[in-house]
Amino acid sequence: MSVSRYAFAASAVVLAGLAGLTAATGDVPYPDIPKGQGEACVADTEFMRRNHMSLLMHQRDETMRKGIRSKQHSLKECIDCHAVPGSDSIAITIEDPKHFCRLCHDYAAVKIDCFDCHASRPERKVVAEARTK
Amino acid sequence: MSVKTNIPPATKTFDPARRSFLGSAVAAGIALAPGVFLYGIGTAKQVQARSLDEAASSSVRWGMLIDVNRCDSGCDECVTACNTENGLQGHGRPETDAQWIRKIELRDPASGRQNSLPVMCMHCEDAPCVDVCPTGASFKRPDGIVLVDKHTCIGCRYCISACPYKARSFVHEALHDQKTHAPRGKGTVESCTMCVHRIDDDRQPACVEACNSKGGGAMLFGDLNDPDSEISKRVATYATQQIRADLGLNPGVRYRGL
Ligand code: HEC
Ligand code: HEC
Ligand code: HEC
Repeated sequence: MSVSRYAFAASAVVLAGLAGLTAATGDVPYPDIPKGQGEACVADTEFMRRNHMSLLMHQRDETMRKGIRSKQHSLKECIDCHAVPGSDSIAITIEDPKHFCRLCHDYAAVKIDCFDCHASRPERKVVAEARTK
Repeated sequence: MSVKTNIPPATKTFDPARRSFLGSAVAAGIALAPGVFLYGIGTAKQVQARSLDEAASSSVRWGMLIDVNRCDSGCDECVTACNTENGLQGHGRPETDAQWIRKIELRDPASGRQNSLPVMCMHCEDAPCVDVCPTGASFKRPDGIVLVDKHTCIGCRYCISACPYKARSFVHEALHDQKTHAPRGKGTVESCTMCVHRIDDDRQPACVEACNSKGGGAMLFGDLNDPDSEISKRVATYATQQIRADLGLNPGVRYRGL
């Protein structure tokens, strides 16, 4: 169990308001979140855990209303970098509980509807090798 | 710009004398009012590709010109290209299946003359869909593209009733494996986006591209605000029509040879 995992579990607990549960006991099952491709996320990992929803909502309006298509906070780009290969190296969809955006949300009891419309895996469906920068 | 809008329709046909008149007007304008430079009329407005983080500008008005004489009644390359580009699949129910562009056949009963033409969202300047939308989901981008912000669409379908062109569809079933660039989902209204994702990427709408590569070359896409664009030149030269121009909505899609 790595130190960063402890830190994650603690913040997720805070975020989801699951007071009373302490990850530190080691009894609490917490998600084993697949690492994104590349070196780092589009912002500090800790910041992303807490604030990814605000970045996405902002980007959503910027793109939709004004046609601003900067890549940094684009949902398409999150999905590209955070694609998780299944057993056949084809990226899994949101149907799969191991999907990057689902694992954590299931754990924290968050429900989002984004993938009713948005593709939950990249257009290039094969994600065997790491994304090159 | 006022020069452009003040031209009465009858003089829209090409007239070299008028061109030279405009030319001298520019020169006269500069001479008469020092310090006021009518660059907007005299010089080409450079339509440069926007950078990714730049917002769409109202100095642009995207439009299309469809030459009906070059549109074959047997051809539906534009429709196929649209469906492929945006991941529109039928469910075997033509009454309700999503349709962003369709081919229609017109017949003048008096003369028997027949026409075939594509009809899609006309990207009206004064769009009725935008007027009636209770949530503000139907909106017009600064560059004239009329869209549904599906994030705020509640699926009430007032816009579908309000549209005189029958251009909008409602998504009735849950969808899977949508295109990454064209999110679509149950319970929301949708219509032709003029392939806004392509336009923002400095490319042509899929229908126009297909018409020019595989079809009759009937469709032209461009900036109606730029007097030097091919579309503006043609609109200024030939007689073109807007469907149901009497409604005064000023559609961005125009037809020639109707
Ligand atoms: C360039 C590839 C890349 C892009 C694009 C990207 N990420 Fe990341 N993301 C990563 C990497 C790599 C990590 C893990 C960093 C670490 O271990 O410190 C990460 C971590 C995260 C985490 C924390 C996961 C955890 O382990 O707790 C979240 C949440 C996250 N990203 C969300 C997003 C969202 C939302 C977007 C789109 C706005 C996005 N990411 C775009 C590469 C990316
Ligand atoms: C009903 C369908 C629908 C739902 C649900 C939906 N979106 Fe979208 N979204 C769209 C459409 C349509 C676009 C415009 C695509 C374009 O123009 O390229 C879009 C664009 C975006 C964009 C900009 C494009 C990109 O990939 O970065 C972001 C960000 C975004 N949505 C975020 C979200 C988030 C976050 C959610 C969930 C909270 C969500 N959307 C739910 C339909 C939907
Ligand atoms: C590190 C765990 C984690 C990961 C990974 C994660 N999320 Fe979240 N997300 C959360 C938590 C926790 C919340 C709820 C925060 C709150 O309610 O304050 C949340 C909330 C959201 C919301 C707002 C929901 C609402 O109704 O307000 C959106 C949108 C969202 N996430 C999108 C995504 C997307 C898209 C991804 C995948 C790219 C993703 N998240 C990955 C933990 C995560």
